[in-house]
Amino acid sequence: MDAATTARFGALLRGHHDGLLKDWTARVMGGLHGLSEAELGRQVEELYAALLTAVDEGGTLDVGGPASAELRAVLAELSRQRAQQGFTSTETVTSVYALKEAVTEVLDTNDAQQLRDFVAYSALIDQLGLFTVEVYARAREELISDQAEQLLELSTPVVKLWDGVVAVPLIGTLDSARAQVVMERLLQTLVDTGSPYAIIDITGVPAVDTQVAQHILRTVVAARLMGADCVISGIRPQIAQTIVMLGIEFGDIVTKASLADALLHTLRAGGYEVVRRPPRDA
Amino acid sequence: MTTPQPVGVAEVQGIAADEDVIRVRQLVRSVAVAAKLSLVDQTKLVTAASELARNTLTHGGGGRVEVETVTDGRRTGIRVSFLDSGPGIANLELALTDGYGTGVGLGLGLSGARRLVDEFEIETKAGRGTRVTAIKWAR
Amino acid sequence: MQRVPVLRLGDVLLVSIQVDLADELAPWLQEDLADEIVATGARAVLIDISALEVVDSFTGRTLSTIAAVSRVLDAETVVVGMRPAVAITLVELGLTLHGVRTALTVELGLAVLHGGPTASLAAPAADDLRASP
Repeated sequence: MDAATTARFGALLRGHHDGLLKDWTARVMGGLHGLSEAELGRQVEELYAALLTAVDEGGTLDVGGPASAELRAVLAELSRQRAQQGFTSTETVTSVYALKEAVTEVLDTNDAQQLRDFVAYSALIDQLGLFTVEVYARAREELISDQAEQLLELSTPVVKLWDGVVAVPLIGTLDSARAQVVMERLLQTLVDTGSPYAIIDITGVPAVDTQVAQHILRTVVAARLMGADCVISGIRPQIAQTIVMLGIEFGDIVTKASLADALLHTLRAGGYEVVRRPPRDA
Repeated sequence: MTTPQPVGVAEVQGIAADEDVIRVRQLVRSVAVAAKLSLVDQTKLVTAASELARNTLTHGGGGRVEVETVTDGRRTGIRVSFLDSGPGIANLELALTDGYGTGVGLGLGLSGARRLVDEFEIETKAGRGTRVTAIKWAR
Repeated sequence: MQRVPVLRLGDVLLVSIQVDLADELAPWLQEDLADEIVATGARAVLIDISALEVVDSFTGRTLSTIAAVSRVLDAETVVVGMRPAVAITLVELGLTLHGVRTALTVELGLAVLHGGPTASLAAPAADDLRASP
């Protein structure tokens, strides 16, 4: 938008300030459900003010330029909020495009100059819309990856069984990507809790193939490098048979059928003796 | 698969002395952090770069590394290129075998570095220097 | 040349390797430690690598050499504080840190040196009792 057009846009925005603001707000509110009128009103006002600031800088106005920094900031914040609140990208962008509709209401459509100007205003608002969509998309991606991380954390609980002994029940299928994350989490837990012993329980793992076994093996080797060690427990009969059939070698890594056996083994390695007290006489 | 395209400008670090190996690590680390590689991926890449930098120093008689962020359209990655005008590697296959010349020769350095990255290329000719290029993609 | 400080904890020497100092210090560290072991009659060396974000094959060899030299001088070496990312990378790199014992922390390292149980679970228990009959 050239300098002259920008100036006229500024005049338009100022001249019809209250009317445009009210109209824009009304249109935005019509498109978004569940937000308070006061809050929305405040947001649109802020956006309007930021737009005015950018326009007042004068010169050739463009969304990526330094004059529009505040405008971009306000739009980005708005867009991110909408993404977090669960609105669709359409609902979010429509709020921006609503300004176009509001502007058409105050234009004299018989004035050729104003029509020409509108083309330029429209283009600018389109740019703002595109920017809004970009920020929205990024915010949604971040949200989704955060949720995925949380889900992953939930599915890899770590339980402290004893002083220096943690149990890591693996639940669900272990694909390459997940196995890597689980491995890192287990190792970090050893550091965080100062536990030299970890019991990896695979009762909740439906199938073990060569890849899964390799991931588990690599985890144990890494733990040993750090000065800890692991026992693998929860090996179901079918899994045991699969392991043998696939020729998977666990080397000197101890494997136990039950978590209880694994705990006992670990306690003994840690220097504890588990003794059953003789029954007391009645 | 599309050829990786650089994003921005390559950063160069000369490798002429021991201290430079440390600088290479710091440079690669900072670029990897900026490209949002996970901590483990960063560590693998920096370790690979350390191996390759040392090779450049001890076997290539010194050289340089070019570090750049690249993209294949979908993902972002880091590409490190180590160049030297040293004697080159006469028997590349042998040099890439695990444990070759352990402790003294190229051994673990090259083959180990290869395992730590996603893409790995060597151009070398006896008497004509070596160029090792590696790429680690952000997952 | 900057030297790494060597602390004395009874008959154990403690060395804390700080970030990016490892490279240049390797030969000095080996020498200094050997000198200290002989001078103090220390029977163990604890090397804290918790500040190291990267351990490449050169650093790995340095640690193995220190362990070997210490052993000849009748002292044990324990490396403590290895970061998970480093351990995962070493496994992928194929580096085994031959001859080097490790522990999660200085405390655990000291415990192991003073006769406590090692972290290894591989040694078979005396009589393998089942937990439930």
